[in-house]
Amino acid sequence: MITGPAIEAEGLVKVFGTNRAVDGVDLRVEQGAVYGVLGPNGAGKTTTISMLATLLRPEAGAARIFGHDVVAEPNVVRQLIGVTGQYASVDEKVSGLENMIVFGRLLGLSHREAKRKGLELLESFGLADAAKRPVGKYSGGMRRRLDLASSLISQPPLIFLDEPTTGLDPRTRGQMWDVIRGLVEGGSTVLLTTQYLDEADQLADRIAVIDRGKVVAEGTADELKGMVGTSSLLLRVADAAQTLVAVAAVEQVLGTTATVTPEAARVTAPMTDPERVTDLLIRLREQGIRLDEISVQKPTLDEVFLTITGHTAETADEAAEDEEVAA
Amino acid sequence: MTALIETRPAVFPTQLTKHIGLRDTVSQTFTMAYRALIRLRRTPEQWADVLLMPFIFTFMFAFLFGGAIAGSVSDYLPALIPAIIVQGVVQASVVTGTQLREDMDTGVFDRFRSLPMARIAPLAGALMTDTIRYAAITALTMLVGALIGWRPGGGWGIVLAGLLVIVTAWAVSWIWALLGVTARTAGTVQGIAMLIMMPLTFFSNAFVPTSTLPDWLRPVADANPVSHLITAVRELTISGTVGWDVLWTLIGAVVIVAVFAPLTVRAYIRKA
Ligand SMILES: Nc1ncnc2c1ncn2[C@@H]1O[C@H](COP(=O)(O)OP(=O)(O)O)[C@@H](O)[C@H]1O
Ligand SMILES: [Mg+2]
Repeated sequence: MITGPAIEAEGLVKVFGTNRAVDGVDLRVEQGAVYGVLGPNGAGKTTTISMLATLLRPEAGAARIFGHDVVAEPNVVRQLIGVTGQYASVDEKVSGLENMIVFGRLLGLSHREAKRKGLELLESFGLADAAKRPVGKYSGGMRRRLDLASSLISQPPLIFLDEPTTGLDPRTRGQMWDVIRGLVEGGSTVLLTTQYLDEADQLADRIAVIDRGKVVAEGTADELKGMVGTSSLLLRVADAAQTLVAVAAVEQVLGTTATVTPEAARVTAPMTDPERVTDLLIRLREQGIRLDEISVQKPTLDEVFLTITGHTAETADEAAEDEEVAA
Repeated sequence: MTALIETRPAVFPTQLTKHIGLRDTVSQTFTMAYRALIRLRRTPEQWADVLLMPFIFTFMFAFLFGGAIAGSVSDYLPALIPAIIVQGVVQASVVTGTQLREDMDTGVFDRFRSLPMARIAPLAGALMTDTIRYAAITALTMLVGALIGWRPGGGWGIVLAGLLVIVTAWAVSWIWALLGVTARTAGTVQGIAMLIMMPLTFFSNAFVPTSTLPDWLRPVADANPVSHLITAVRELTISGTVGWDVLWTLIGAVVIVAVFAPLTVRAYIRKA
């Protein structure tokens, strides 16, 4: 066993043409933790993982995995990590089991051991029935699970998961979360990237918020939420038709801008003075607006992101896409 | 799927190795060759054409040109079968490059790159499996030839001819491997390869005696390495003679490998 952090990175830089995809990223991940790297599409999450996992050579800066430099000792680093990429790194043409056998053998297992271990892992990931089918016929969720299973053959102490739940249905996503928690219980360190703020909040002990190649905030989920400083009001109107009236009331009483989340017709607004809630409730009663739900909470990571970067995750996404088109 | 997935505890490797030894490199190369074999089995459509070519070309050329060039089909076969074998195998060697490009573009290569394995293994494994294709084409063409009346008198020379063809094709496939590693798409590899292959296989002694060619073209066709290989295979199959052309061909193969293997490996490692 080794003491010290699982990952230490200082000033990592990767430039594609004129695009500074990763622009001086520092990270420190302690052993046994889930570390979340949170950022919109195009923020540089995959590029950062690629450099930490020896797939890309950093142009500047340095990174050590359990004390081993990723550039000087790539082979040592590869013995310590498992990588589950954003896009399934498995062979579509052959079966799930054949994939596992090839990976197992490349890791130094005998054919028989590789097969036994492969079957075992496929079974625990609910893929036993599909073991002999070509991966090309797997669903997206099955592919993800196979990909993750492939990364666990050597039971690596450090696991990189690049957007492990993007595109998964809620149930499968919940299962993936359970797997990640199980891995950490077994002593693994996990670095995961995500675009979902609630995912980082749920899983990660510490979070780095990354935007346009830079870490713009780092800390525990609570610390990040604390950065916004104020509390946040959330309410849901019983009759959706009255939502706009409610928004007007909120804005008048609290003096801040309220936003309506489209999917659940929930109204949220930042608050400077929680005392005002009483005034608001009275106003709503006067106007005959009935509420299903009301709460005052610490701000969500969405709001944190807005506060830190000055733009929402969505607009960062579009900005990155514009850059891609221009590039 | 069960609700709860069992995961195993992490294992910190007791022994960390900085470099990959020769034994591991060889065993990983065999694993990659094994993978290529499974893929072959899973994608029969990808090599159906390779197996059909010997039939189509042998029939086409034998019955189309046999009478005109050699007087009769059976008189033409001793010269034709070696030409079909060489042409088929050399054409098939291009697939090394296109498949390598396609393979490197798929996500699974990212996993290979993240495993503690020799960087060269995927390349070496692919080239190893390709020799099976060359052997299949050689054997099939000989079989088709025998069916329509090819009766070579070379004895063991026939086996030597087969081996010579496979070794040469393997050497040539390094050229396409370099293209495959450096080109942007598999289509590019195919296009460039065809541009080189067409003149090389046809401006040779493959289908017509070079004595029938115009003066300016004859020296070109005679110097063409494909002509040397075809002549070597003809002599070996017809009479079992190991002539100078065998030597020239082997020297050519060694030169190709000496030049292209290091270039390919360097380009590949830089990319991988
Ligand atoms: N191989 C590449 N070549 C050129 N540009 C790239 C490449 N990979 C990523 N990029 C660019 O780098 C930026 C960061 O990308 P990425 O790390 O994939 O972000 P994320 O994973 O956070 O979505 C993006 O603008 C993307 O277009
Ligand atoms: Mg990404």
